[in-house]
Amino acid sequence: MNALLERRSAAQTEPDTPAPRAERPRRSGNRARRENLAAYGFLAPWFIGLLFITAGPLLASLYFSFTDYSLIGDHAWVGWDNYQRMLDDERLFSALKVTFVYVFTSVPLQLALALALALVLDRGVRGLALYRSVYYLPSLLGGSVAIAILWRQVFGADGLINLVLGFLGVENAPGWVSHPDYALGTLIVLNVWTFGAPMVIFLAGLRQIPTMYYEAASVDGAGPLRRFWNITVPMLTPIIFFNLVLQIINAFQTFTQAFIVSSGTGGPSDSTLFYTLYLYQRGFGSFDMGYASAMAWLLLVIIGGFTAVNFLASKYWVFYGD
Amino acid sequence: MLYPLLWMLASSFKPTEEIFRAPGLVPETFTPSNYTDGWTALEYPFHHYLLNSAIVVAGAIIGNLIGCSMAAYAFARLEFRGKRLFFAIMLATIMLPIHVIIVPQYILFSELDWINTFLPLIVPKLLATDGFFVFLMVQFIRGLPKELDEAARIDGCGHVRIFLQVILPLSLPALATTAIFTFIWTWNDFFSQLIFLTSPDMYTVPVALRTFVDATSQTSWGPLLAMSVVALGPVFGFFLAGQRYLVKGIATTGIK
Repeated sequence: MNALLERRSAAQTEPDTPAPRAERPRRSGNRARRENLAAYGFLAPWFIGLLFITAGPLLASLYFSFTDYSLIGDHAWVGWDNYQRMLDDERLFSALKVTFVYVFTSVPLQLALALALALVLDRGVRGLALYRSVYYLPSLLGGSVAIAILWRQVFGADGLINLVLGFLGVENAPGWVSHPDYALGTLIVLNVWTFGAPMVIFLAGLRQIPTMYYEAASVDGAGPLRRFWNITVPMLTPIIFFNLVLQIINAFQTFTQAFIVSSGTGGPSDSTLFYTLYLYQRGFGSFDMGYASAMAWLLLVIIGGFTAVNFLASKYWVFYGD
Repeated sequence: MLYPLLWMLASSFKPTEEIFRAPGLVPETFTPSNYTDGWTALEYPFHHYLLNSAIVVAGAIIGNLIGCSMAAYAFARLEFRGKRLFFAIMLATIMLPIHVIIVPQYILFSELDWINTFLPLIVPKLLATDGFFVFLMVQFIRGLPKELDEAARIDGCGHVRIFLQVILPLSLPALATTAIFTFIWTWNDFFSQLIFLTSPDMYTVPVALRTFVDATSQTSWGPLLAMSVVALGPVFGFFLAGQRYLVKGIATTGIK
């Protein structure tokens, strides 16, 4: 764009301007073109990645969602067939339910805990850096297979929790991970346990609030509660919003924990059949690639939809004070 | 907060029978045999899987450092046609769930005969598909004074030399953050390694642990927990070494 404009302006001014000055725009046009080329050179890997790894496969999966494809042999165009089958798929609906329950309980709990602890730590605790690290560590480990294994033991029929409950006199406690009513709960606990990452972001946000606001409010006679509601909360809404969007997107993609805790089945009774786990089973268990692609697109639409709603709703509660 | 982790560490030194009997953090009978048993419990000794993970992680780190820094330099410093559009696309790919693109990726990699190799886990990194890190580096490079580039240009440097000799050396903090996060995420990553690695000799630590847990009966929980501790060890080490970068990284970009 720039190069084009500059070249045109050079051509227009050429007749009335003296030769030496006419040279300059042309040279800078050359420079812009060289810069263009250099930029595309630096971006070459990214362009190839876009074509073959991200955007390309995104479109390809839309195409495959209208086909019947099992990796072996050809794919046949089947129109809306896969989407039609989804409507009659009870496991799909239970996967959606499991995922929604998980997202809409674990994310608010996790963020509430993160915010509460950030507020406490922000009041100036001795050894803040240590606390921050200790709380942050589970965020780094939480998604790993090893932690899921730990969870499977801790919440197992004769795991740590029931051992402690036994000492407290509670007999016949259920095997939490193997009971359809509680298995999902253990994974919600696991996600809440990883509140450290949003907490660190909240802490950084709290640090950004200018102290003069608090001082001015104190001078005007506002108590701690008023200062919290009228200064801290509004100033923090952009951070709350940011964490909310990010954690919802993350939570929708939960896979590892459910896979390990249920040995890949999503059991007991599909109570930990997360959407992504079911997608994996259809795509890479039964190699129903067409159906898995249709599921993938539904996931994209759901996540995109929630993100869009989040952004639209943010107008009404997020405060951007400049 | 840390009780489950500490309990896990303690239990990895307890005889299996004690794990299910005593919730304490100090083993009554201290035994390292869980580690020696766990190390050889699977088809290959555990260092085989550790080595595979190390190869994947090293490849991913090198890939991300090269691919993402190149893309970031273009976005942060150069003017080119379509810059705004491409930048917006790059940001959008950050939000793109891997599950949505995994099927066509799998089909592509199986056409290339790359399934059960480390290539599907490394090559995409070299192609700057981790938008997070491109964004992180763009933000960082934008903060560097532009006068430095201009001085270098007046001295006759081209873009390649400005990138290699001016921008990259100054971007070390961003590169370090990228390396540490890539390490932790790739080391912990399970989904794509589960899908792309299909035979035990190629298994990485998470995939090997998964076969371990599925084969485990009540009696071998000790060795299983011991190997889980081994799996978490390197992440913990990187966490201790790179805390400064990690906390700064999440505070500025919100990644976790």
